[in-house]
Amino acid sequence: MAQYDVVIIGGGPGGYNAAIRAGQLGLKVACIEGRGTLGGTCLNVGCIPSKAMLHASELYELANKDFAKMGIDGKVTVNLPVMLQQKADSVLALTKGIEFLLKKNKVDYVKGWGRIAGPGKVAVKAEDGTETVLETRNIIIATGSEPTPLPGVDVDQKRIVDSTGALVIPEIPKSMVVIGAGIIGLELGSVWRRLGAEVTVVEYLDRITPGMDAETAKTFQRILTKQGVKFKLGTKVTGAKASKTGVALTLEPAAGGTAETLNADYVLVAIGRRPYTNGLGLETVGIVPDKRGFIANDHFKTSAPGVWVVGDATYGPMLAHKAEDDGVACIELIAGKAGHVNYDLVPSVVYTFPEVAWVGKNEEELKAAGIAYKSGKFPFTANSRAKVNHEGEGFVKVLADATTDQILGVHMIGPQVGEMIGEYCVAMEFSASSEDVARTSHPHPTRSEALRQAAMGVEGWTMQA
Amino acid sequence: MADIMTPALGESVAEATVARWTKKVGDAVKRDEMLIELETDKVSLEVVSPADGVLTEIVAAEGDTVLPGALLGRVTAGAAASPSAPAPVAAPVPAPAPAAVAASAPVAPSVRRIAAETGLDTSTVAGSGKDGRVTKGDALAALEARAAAPAVAAAPSAPRPVHEREDRVKMTRLRQTIARRLKEAQNTAAMLTTFNEVDMSAVMALRNQYKDVFEKRHGVKLGFMSFFVKACVEALKDVPDVNAEIDGTDLIYKNHYDIGVAVGTEKGLVVPVVRDAETLSLAGIEKAIGALGKKARDGQLSIDDMQGGTFTISNGGVYGSLMSTPILNAPQSGILGMHKIQDRPMVVGGQIVVRPMMYLALSYDHRVVDGQGAVTFLVKVKDYIEDPQRLLLDL
Repeated sequence: MAQYDVVIIGGGPGGYNAAIRAGQLGLKVACIEGRGTLGGTCLNVGCIPSKAMLHASELYELANKDFAKMGIDGKVTVNLPVMLQQKADSVLALTKGIEFLLKKNKVDYVKGWGRIAGPGKVAVKAEDGTETVLETRNIIIATGSEPTPLPGVDVDQKRIVDSTGALVIPEIPKSMVVIGAGIIGLELGSVWRRLGAEVTVVEYLDRITPGMDAETAKTFQRILTKQGVKFKLGTKVTGAKASKTGVALTLEPAAGGTAETLNADYVLVAIGRRPYTNGLGLETVGIVPDKRGFIANDHFKTSAPGVWVVGDATYGPMLAHKAEDDGVACIELIAGKAGHVNYDLVPSVVYTFPEVAWVGKNEEELKAAGIAYKSGKFPFTANSRAKVNHEGEGFVKVLADATTDQILGVHMIGPQVGEMIGEYCVAMEFSASSEDVARTSHPHPTRSEALRQAAMGVEGWTMQA
Repeated sequence: MADIMTPALGESVAEATVARWTKKVGDAVKRDEMLIELETDKVSLEVVSPADGVLTEIVAAEGDTVLPGALLGRVTAGAAASPSAPAPVAAPVPAPAPAAVAASAPVAPSVRRIAAETGLDTSTVAGSGKDGRVTKGDALAALEARAAAPAVAAAPSAPRPVHEREDRVKMTRLRQTIARRLKEAQNTAAMLTTFNEVDMSAVMALRNQYKDVFEKRHGVKLGFMSFFVKACVEALKDVPDVNAEIDGTDLIYKNHYDIGVAVGTEKGLVVPVVRDAETLSLAGIEKAIGALGKKARDGQLSIDDMQGGTFTISNGGVYGSLMSTPILNAPQSGILGMHKIQDRPMVVGGQIVVRPMMYLALSYDHRVVDGQGAVTFLVKVKDYIEDPQRLLLDL
């Protein structure tokens, strides 16, 4: 029975990054994962495979819809098995990469399902049923989350899928209904629409992507609609009947009313995610999750001494990079250093085309908090690079404090804005003003100039529009 | 060729800074013409040209630190002035736009612009950004504060335009130094003031009884200051913290009592020091104060006269002040403020009587002196003044 400094239950972005950091700081650490591969939801059935499909499907759509007008003639077709296989190959290579990183940092990778077995003890059940108990000074819960089930619409991963199943549908659906107009649903819906499916998105609320700046969300919806996505907002799904050939959904207005039926080949349930803590043994250390399943934390400490929690299992944006930051900060606190995550500056990205990216506060939040702000907006149609690339849809919007000019939030929809939001994250970490970004040289011709022009817009001196 | 040398700076002054050259290389200079302002932390010094001629070399540039006897520059006697001489490295080029003082951390672009446009000294702005960096908001707030406060602590390099009903008068070097040192004292010490009041009737009676005899015997008038100096010396012996000085993480306790007595002159307030006050009689103290006062009014005080004080007494009463909060004379840890003597109704033995009362103030550095010490000090001074016999009996 080895004595560890830290035992991490879960090998996803929260867990494996904590493990690497712990190894770097010289702690004796073990990372437990029962999936058979490291990387968690993100690498295996989330971020990575979905981005692989988004990339491939985007290239396919580009080729078929836009190549001709750029003087490239020809027609391309989809070879779905190959597309799915190249995605799987990338994922496998990356999981091996994480194994290598753990080995490099002297982390013990323990295969099996871990659970807390009392203070300072973690029991691991291997695939063959054998159990080991690890003794440790600290336990980190990094068990992540799972798709939230929708009562009445049971996921069978055949006709009714969740995000995991949506990544491996063996044929291109003729029609697909996406339940939930959140980020995951819109991304995966985009993938299959591009490959040929007719996609309808059903959403309970009156708007898509709650949490996104309202103006940006409206523009996003308009663009998706132009791309062919149909929206049924303010609608709830009350039941689903799956057969061998399709699904019959019953819908009705969110407030109640006349029911209607909607048929589709496939249905994707994407109404959100909830913490995964099944069989974790929380009761052996007196931890009680809240009614939505989240474990409370105070600087990552749970109510049980020596037990910590990071990532999707606790509060904050349910994002891989947030889990990664949590893991690093938690380990640094365990090692007696200062570890801190600024949740106000964790960026969000939607990996559709155009992408959507934001960080900081949106207009609704600032209004609700009574904070006076100025805003600068710049459309990508006026950006010369976006113009020659024929990707002029979208805008960059910068919100800054009306008195101090400090940047409070940035909201972008446009080509590869997910790659550009980091600039504003750095600026906001240093409490930069819109003027600071407006006076920073950006290379020409790039789409990133739109970031600068929008910053200029805050104080009314945008030059390219 | 005549050398311009750094003069002796005074007993405990080790070095001076070259604050300002009034001429640049190639300029004509006259003998005894002021060429350089040196600054020590006591006072400013002027260095004059040793000869008529041309300033041919500047060795110690503005901002350089020099030791006594160091070479500052050279004047070539009798050489013709060459107006087209190239601007030397050491001479300051007056910036057309006010130059922002470089802070140690690189400053944000917006802050740089604000500093350049308004002359704001960003090194004096409290930074609320990461690691204390100054943000645009901080700079804007500092500008507002600067506009609101007419007394400017940071020197704005761009003078604002003078309006019709205003006159611009340059502050004398001395006044500038005083201003700077006042701010330094305020910014460094944890300065508080505690008050008490003293019944002057005993001292006044004593004085009235003996003043003529005193003057005849000692050749100097018997004033109140000597009593206060004596009372303070005894009180300092009782509460040594007030006579101490903070130096980093140490306290330096002084076993001598050099009492600075503030004197107002036309040029400003100066504080010459009565040395070894504990060894002087009342007459000795009065003589010392008298001599220093004359020197001050004649502008003859030297750096030595003003160095090394361990405690200061300031009398605002001569101007009519009833109560005030004096500023510490850095690096001292205490200063006594005397005020106007005014008849007031007091309760003595259950009766209301008229007494000549003076409010006393002790401003002190709370880092060095605790509350109890400060209050005790003032009470002791009060006791010694209200009952001068205690001084005789060492009570």
